[in-house]
Amino acid sequence: MEETLKSQAHAHAPAESFLGKYVFSLDHKVIGKQYYALALVAVFVGMVLSWLMRFHLVWPNAKIPGLEFIAKTGAPGGIITPEYYLSLLTMHGTLMVFFVLTNAPFAGFGNYFLPIQIGAEDMAFPRFNMMSFWTTFVAFVVLVTAFFIPDGPPISGWTAYAPLSAIGKDAGPGLGWGQNLWVISIGIFCIGQLLGSLNFIATTLDLRAKGMTLMRMPISTWAWFITSCIGLLAFAVLLPACLLLLLDRMAGTSFFIPSGLVVSDRLQNHAGGSPLLWQHLFWFFGHPEVYIAILPAVGIVSHVLTNSLRKPLLSAKVIIYSMMSIGFLSWMVWGHHMFVSGMNPFSSLLFSFPTLTITIPATIITLIWLGSLYGANIQINAASFFALGFISMFVSGGVSGFFLAQPSIDIYLHATYFVVGHFHMVMGVAAIFAIFSGTYFWFPKMTGRMMNEKLGMLHFWLTFVGTYCIFMPFHYLGIVGNVRRYSSFVDDFMPALMRTHKFITIAALATGAAQFIFFFNLIYSRFRGKQATANPWRGTSLEWSIPSPPPWNNFGGDHPVVYHDPYQYGLKGSNGDFVMQTSPEQILNE
Amino acid sequence: MGKLFGVILTIIALASAYPIVTHMYVQPVDISTHGHAIDEQLADTMAEAGLAFVLAQLLLAFCVWKFSNRKEGSKVFHLPGGAKLMVVGAFILVGTEVLALGILGQKAWAEVYFTAPKPDALQIQAQAGQFAFYFRYPGADGKFGALHPDKIDEGNQNYFGLDPANDVEARDDIVTAEMAIPVNREIHLLMHAKDVGHSFYVRELRIQQDFVPGLDLSLHFTATQTGHFEILCTQLCGLGHYNMKAYLNVLSQEDFDKWMKQKASEQ
Repeated sequence: MEETLKSQAHAHAPAESFLGKYVFSLDHKVIGKQYYALALVAVFVGMVLSWLMRFHLVWPNAKIPGLEFIAKTGAPGGIITPEYYLSLLTMHGTLMVFFVLTNAPFAGFGNYFLPIQIGAEDMAFPRFNMMSFWTTFVAFVVLVTAFFIPDGPPISGWTAYAPLSAIGKDAGPGLGWGQNLWVISIGIFCIGQLLGSLNFIATTLDLRAKGMTLMRMPISTWAWFITSCIGLLAFAVLLPACLLLLLDRMAGTSFFIPSGLVVSDRLQNHAGGSPLLWQHLFWFFGHPEVYIAILPAVGIVSHVLTNSLRKPLLSAKVIIYSMMSIGFLSWMVWGHHMFVSGMNPFSSLLFSFPTLTITIPATIITLIWLGSLYGANIQINAASFFALGFISMFVSGGVSGFFLAQPSIDIYLHATYFVVGHFHMVMGVAAIFAIFSGTYFWFPKMTGRMMNEKLGMLHFWLTFVGTYCIFMPFHYLGIVGNVRRYSSFVDDFMPALMRTHKFITIAALATGAAQFIFFFNLIYSRFRGKQATANPWRGTSLEWSIPSPPPWNNFGGDHPVVYHDPYQYGLKGSNGDFVMQTSPEQILNE
Repeated sequence: MGKLFGVILTIIALASAYPIVTHMYVQPVDISTHGHAIDEQLADTMAEAGLAFVLAQLLLAFCVWKFSNRKEGSKVFHLPGGAKLMVVGAFILVGTEVLALGILGQKAWAEVYFTAPKPDALQIQAQAGQFAFYFRYPGADGKFGALHPDKIDEGNQNYFGLDPANDVEARDDIVTAEMAIPVNREIHLLMHAKDVGHSFYVRELRIQQDFVPGLDLSLHFTATQTGHFEILCTQLCGLGHYNMKAYLNVLSQEDFDKWMKQKASEQ
């Protein structure tokens, strides 16, 4: 029975044509790389948008050469208008959250390594898998099209709060077709994610190799599995929410629009809807989305870290259970985004406690990492440094969450730069550090070549120091009461803070520029890097038991058998201080 | 290189804490009766979270300094106590913190939201619309006239959509673009959104509350100092969001009465 399942799982033969091999490929490895490449394009665009925003905030009248050609009305003469600033922030947030933080650590690495780490030849549904990537690609194209339409991109933020997002072009520039494209894009994106999540779950449950019990799966695989369970539920809520929003916009319904609104001197022909309903639906997805970004990062970092420490973590099981608790609690906390939204103030208390409680599993994970460093033999390389840097960022972003979880403090800090600092550190930068760590670690497996370590280290130092210079001061600005989402600081108390803003902008430009070292390293090493062996990091999990890069069917038609837990490090094995999962040798005290 | 990581991370941790410890960036003066509770909660959280931040970063820095690139073949060893110690530690450390801050914090929240305004509180209606605030005082009769969205006519300064021709109560309503309040008297603010979502944020009052279209909310607060303060919109409301603000003038009762009289004569 098991054998039949396995042979069915890889029903497709190796692709022969260029299109079948590189474009409409059914191979999970190619699809993983496609997701990763899409995330790279998105992160590049997103980063440039953040540069433009930071530039505009401190030099509002400076001309940005060439911008007038892309945004004729948004930046006439190359000078960014207030509404174009809002377009930039909307598109920056949307690209980064959906197309980078969801795509790279989950769909990208997950697609490539989940089947290999459990000993499968491919995903359970290779055609669904191909569809999920191309659906996501279409979503990306639809979103980016908004830059090139006369209306311009939407200006309602990545959260698209109704009724601003629901009314249509009366509410402002970009809220006509720009907003339509946004809603359609996110709806399509949800479909891609739903297909992907289903596939991850089915693959994990059905296609594990002989001996690969659930508890023998690497932490990274567990993280992708838990994340796909969250994704399946979260995107299943966002998709209908987007449909309802689209109906409000195009079919005259009023799910999110109440009666009596006068916008641009026109009484709107809607009645009976609730703007808070959109916020509830959006954040019911939106908060779990934070964990969709960060749990794969936790998994990747734990996986890389164990290898770099040359000893097992204090307990992989505790990390897995903690990730499950975070996944479970993530459904009970969405209201903490809405403390001052006008929802019943009693609900705020109910949402505050699980939010504070979620700190417990997060602290357990952090303490396990820290405690595991004790007595380790930490290997120094770009992958391990980015993993260690991740821990630092995760802590920094985590402690600021403690402030915002308390409704009373949130009255003051809500919608200030404190929030911007918090989520960029814990969700943005931390997850990006995990992506970098995973890239330096798995690049040899994915391409058959090593990345340049010297460039990797330089990239790490500039990024590590740079991101602290950018995001720490955001917290200070928030404490003073600096409001976010302002294209220009016209408030009386702001001149004193402009020096801090200039510092942040310069740090952002410099740190962004340092990312070109990474882009260069990626491309250079792909073609000129040192040849990689099958197991350059002396790893134990299944991806290191096959050639670099792996053959099209991963294990060359063999069915691997798993004998051990995933992290047998720091012992006397026949090949050194580790024993691979596929090695039949006996381990004492297992 | 591991030692360098330790040094740089230590510098980052201390440099990050420096502006907080030296109070380089602080909240503006608090002019409300409830704000002290929020400020105290913020200070307590800063002390606890700040300590956790510095300790965790220094611990990370120390471990990387001490345990990186040891001699090839160095024996690895485990922390005594293992995972159990970490789990118990996390529950005790964070668990108590959660309980303490969670329960203490409710007090500050309750002061703002779980008490009813006094019957003699001064009622003022605030209306938020793209991209301006307007304020309405009930006038001599103490009653607000009804709102008619179809009658809103900014050209004729009918910002609220009042109908004084047919509505007696609306006739003496006083509409202003700045908000004046008497010091040490409770204000009952009735919040109404004209078009999309907005927010009412006065840093010095430690008040932030969204305006939700279709849902009329209310707030109450008492200002304890006279002065001139900014009211900011903090909910993204469209292209002019950054410029949507009004001023709050906290006046002595005497000055407030004078102001009121003058505004009434201007209507």
